[in-house]
Amino acid sequence: MSAVLEHETAPAPIVREPKNYLNVAWTVRSWLLTVDHKRIGLLYLAGITFFFLLGGAAAGIFRLELMTPQSDLVESETYNKLFTLHGIIMIFFFLVPGIPGVLGNFLIPIMIGARDMAFPKLNLMSWYLFMIGGIFTLYVTVAGGVDTGWTFYTPYSSTYSNTYVMATAVGIFITGFSSILTGLNFIVTVHKMRCPGMTWFRLPLFVWSNYATALIMVLGTPVLAITILLVALERGLKIGIFDPRLGGDPVLFQHLFWFYSHPAVYIMVLPAMGVISELVAAFSRNRVFGYKLVAFASLAIAVLGFLVWGHHMFVSGQSLYAGMVFSVLSMLIAIPSAIKVFNWTLTLWRGEVTFNTPLLYAMGFLGLFTIGGLTGLFLATLGIDVHVHDTYFVVAHFHYVMVGGTVMAYLGGIHYWWPKMTGKMYPEGWARFSAVLVFVGFNLTFFPQFILGYLGMPRRYHVYDEGFQVLNVMSTAGASILGIAYLFPITYLIWSLKYGAKAPANPWNAVGLEWMTSSPPPTENFIETPVVDFEAYEYHRHPAERHG
Amino acid sequence: MSTTATLPSATAKRTPVVAHHFDDWDQQYDACVLGMWTFLVTEVMFFGGAIGVYMIYRWQYPMAFAHASNELDVWLGTFNTFILLTSSLTVALGVRYAHTGESRKVGWMLIGTIFLGAIFLGIKAYEYYTKFHHNIAPLLDLPFDWGGADPGPTKIFFGLYFGMTGIHALHMIIGVVLMAMFIPAAFRNEYRDGNSLGVEVIGLYWHFVDLVWIFLFPLLYLVDRAITAPPAL
Repeated sequence: MSAVLEHETAPAPIVREPKNYLNVAWTVRSWLLTVDHKRIGLLYLAGITFFFLLGGAAAGIFRLELMTPQSDLVESETYNKLFTLHGIIMIFFFLVPGIPGVLGNFLIPIMIGARDMAFPKLNLMSWYLFMIGGIFTLYVTVAGGVDTGWTFYTPYSSTYSNTYVMATAVGIFITGFSSILTGLNFIVTVHKMRCPGMTWFRLPLFVWSNYATALIMVLGTPVLAITILLVALERGLKIGIFDPRLGGDPVLFQHLFWFYSHPAVYIMVLPAMGVISELVAAFSRNRVFGYKLVAFASLAIAVLGFLVWGHHMFVSGQSLYAGMVFSVLSMLIAIPSAIKVFNWTLTLWRGEVTFNTPLLYAMGFLGLFTIGGLTGLFLATLGIDVHVHDTYFVVAHFHYVMVGGTVMAYLGGIHYWWPKMTGKMYPEGWARFSAVLVFVGFNLTFFPQFILGYLGMPRRYHVYDEGFQVLNVMSTAGASILGIAYLFPITYLIWSLKYGAKAPANPWNAVGLEWMTSSPPPTENFIETPVVDFEAYEYHRHPAERHG
Repeated sequence: MSTTATLPSATAKRTPVVAHHFDDWDQQYDACVLGMWTFLVTEVMFFGGAIGVYMIYRWQYPMAFAHASNELDVWLGTFNTFILLTSSLTVALGVRYAHTGESRKVGWMLIGTIFLGAIFLGIKAYEYYTKFHHNIAPLLDLPFDWGGADPGPTKIFFGLYFGMTGIHALHMIIGVVLMAMFIPAAFRNEYRDGNSLGVEVIGLYWHFVDLVWIFLFPLLYLVDRAITAPPAL
């Protein structure tokens, strides 16, 4: 690695080796005490990959159990613990911090021409809070066998479960602060750190969607924090805030919980949408169609996301009229989402499309997110929701959005920016193969679950009617393919660190400030502060002269 | 914001240290102040959640909450409100002196603010003590001895009272500690150049903590206070 010399940018006047953010220092200390947003992004990458593999392993075990209608591999309690572990890890320690933590941290300052985040030390602290919260939660969830599901519904979580629920909640509380600080840092950075000429409407859409995400983090996460604190008050001090025997109201917990956790769904998917905007523009060599609409659609999703939480409680004793209002509001959110999907499609239309790996993932996103979104409309409809509530239909719906959407975009983004992050190219052939494999495995896993749910198989049971077995076997087979498909990128990306071809500064011939600095970038991102006199995605001014 | 930020250059003695990733002092100043405002937004949502829960139960059990709130000492609450508002004045003066470069006065104002904050916390502790003394502190497994009607909702009231004022007090303690950290610098005359950023940011925080109390005080002590005697239900 020490032989990585880059002379494309050739900083002539001073005679020394071109330093980048990776080769400035090699010590462990230089990583653990770094305040460089790019290194913090890579720290997140390590942490998040660890949690992703763990959450995936839990899912692998319970998917195997579900191959047969009886209980054979694990018993009911273990099964409950496994899906709880899977949900907690994947939501709080992979999907929420995933794209903002890794790609957001790495890219936002570069994309706006800044030298770092506004608060670099706070940024490092966010990572530590994330890791401490994550490992603590992991320990208590496993040691205590928490089996409430990731939603911690009261009174089950407050009265009937063991005390480890509280410790788990403390872990999530800590991680929540990581989320809040990340959001705060993004907001201040985007407001105050833009380089000369970088106006709001010249920002890449990735920055817009992460900004919208940051708003949700800052406004929603504190409500989760106070909710956890109230559950702690209830358990520790025996006050009946949510316990009906003491005059409390368990549905109130659901209101507070979903007031955060529904917007949190958009914390998970908005950054993914930002990634897709970048990928679609770069590989169709077109300006994103309706740039401003896409930018404002992100904000609209962030705002509307706070007004729809009641659709999780259609059958929880919420009043019918409240249900109707929430139903209508939930459907409204389909409008900005659809605007985005249509605009990406129109960006591809008549573009010079090249099907590199990142675009394969983006195409996967477009199809799967659309299915996930449209089935969301089914669920927002009161009558249909009563029929499919708490069935596999719901499971399939949110996995189409979260895995088919967010994970696809995350992988696409990792591939797209991998040359920038590491200075190495990934092997394109293997990468395309695994992208297709992920798509096939994913659909085989989750499409049968739509049918299962529609036929009435409830979620969170490990023993089911024999008539459901064929579809469950299909789903498990798909999960196996998906699991293997995820191992491919992990393997060849690590391989590429040593053996990959050296990446040029701009391997995709893409526009955007991140491609105007070397790969990997120097510690302060640019040799000189850039001055922006161009719009975002000006591909028409850069006719395609692609590298081979 | 920018007018206050240009003051240092007006006095033009020494430029404050600008962190490596900022272009200039104005950018750093604006970023830090916006950072604190954003943090305060998260605090609004945090306390907002608790206040929302309180309002819902107040609406669900109006009589029980009205009677329970009569157990709180409205005079001590009023006095504490007066104390806390005065502390907002002293911290605002501290920020002003930081602008004008009167460093020692900044130190005295911070000491004054901490002193007033300590009085508030002392009175709060006394109020807590009386609740324990009357067995109406629903904490841990202490006996909860409520003679009146609706012990369940009353317990919720006192639980929320302790929860909300407790979190508020915790915020005050954090504020006091943070302000104390600025005092040595103030007496080392480090604010003589109008480098007011740190004091300004902690000032914003302190004003917010005050503002929370401005909401808690009427919600907990004042609303429906006219209902004095428990009616025979």
